[in-house]
Amino acid sequence: MRLRPVGQHVVLEDVGVSLAGQVILRGLSLELPPGEVLGIAGPNGSGKTTLLRLLATLVRPDRGVGRVLGAALGTTEVYDVRRHIGLIGHIPAVIGELSLRENLEHAIRLAGGDPARIEGALRVVGLDEAAHRKVETSSHGMLRRTEVARLLMSEPRLLLLDEAYSGLDFYAQALIDTLIERATGSGGAVVMVSHDPRHIAERARRVLSLSAGRLEPVT
Amino acid sequence: MSFWDQALEVARVDLRIERRMGDVLRIVLPFAVVALLVFPLALGVDLPAVSRLGPAVFWAIGILFGMQVALRQTADDRPERRDLYALLGVDPSARFVGRCLSGSVLMVGFLFVLLLATIVLYSPDLPDGWPAPVIAGLVLTAIGLTELGTLAGEVTSGLRNRTTLASLIVAPLALPLVIGASQTLESLARDAGILRWLILLVATDLALTVAGVALARPLEEASR
Repeated sequence: MRLRPVGQHVVLEDVGVSLAGQVILRGLSLELPPGEVLGIAGPNGSGKTTLLRLLATLVRPDRGVGRVLGAALGTTEVYDVRRHIGLIGHIPAVIGELSLRENLEHAIRLAGGDPARIEGALRVVGLDEAAHRKVETSSHGMLRRTEVARLLMSEPRLLLLDEAYSGLDFYAQALIDTLIERATGSGGAVVMVSHDPRHIAERARRVLSLSAGRLEPVT
Repeated sequence: MSFWDQALEVARVDLRIERRMGDVLRIVLPFAVVALLVFPLALGVDLPAVSRLGPAVFWAIGILFGMQVALRQTADDRPERRDLYALLGVDPSARFVGRCLSGSVLMVGFLFVLLLATIVLYSPDLPDGWPAPVIAGLVLTAIGLTELGTLAGEVTSGLRNRTTLASLIVAPLALPLVIGASQTLESLARDAGILRWLILLVATDLALTVAGVALARPLEEASR
């Protein structure tokens, strides 16, 4: 099978994913150009999270072909692009035994970034006063803000948001919007999934529906 | 960021977490010392027997509880942390090396405290000039045991019976380490050469390093 346009951040052609013997995604074809915000709506269990994990190169396709940021899915090429992918998943990706600031320090050191940027990022997300708090004593919203701070520093070229607005107050939701604006403003692309079509409709330029593992245009 | 920078950062944070959670210091070490105590209590006043048994009991307890150090809860990455490391561009081999570095520091400390407890409780008849070769053997065994445990932990990561399964994998593979470690002291006592046993330990450590680094990426991908 042939992969089409060069320059797309994501290209999928007839991609399928099975997990533990169960088909989760089937016949997915998708193109995502730089600067686009793509929304994917679908009910619980439709495969939204698996689709985002596929795009994050954290799940391998078992049929079809795909490229993310130019790297072929299911090959070692993905190692070269993973650092340019930002994912906000269901469960905040933080280390429970560390403080919020220590989590950011750890992440930026591992990514080879400049730790001097942490203070600025903490101020933007409103955590400069609470950065010393341990993850286990922090609220869901604070953990989300920590993730946003990390992604503000790493400036991903492909931003993937999995129900990122769930359980957040107005200000924290605005921070996710800031993240989207910064990503698209610098030539990145965004894919956001939600079971709530309102979150998507307000922000995405193109909306697709995922149902029983298949992508369909929203009419 | 270079391979070594990533490995050192993983090790630094592992040790920080261990300092806070205290899996080794507060749980494994006290139980290991209690296990050491059981033998003198069982043997009663037969002091020569206690003294003779000391080195063997030290290595038996050290290897068994050492596995718990290598497979400590704080070294088991939850799925979110694995994903985070992947998306931060952390090389799985660097993660393996980092985890081995932090584990080795803990394992050396653990075995060293256990050695001191053995000397106090068993008064083993140690030959002259024992500290250098015994400590060398202890450090090499600690490194090998940590590498083996880390590798087994990676293979069984995320499984419900991780600790049990990993221990079953490690037990037969730890044989060269057990032989090398125990024979170092035995040979020293008989005034025989210990070099070949130290070479066995070094060779085992190197083989485990190569295997761990080479397998880190395939194991990481197999978990996806």
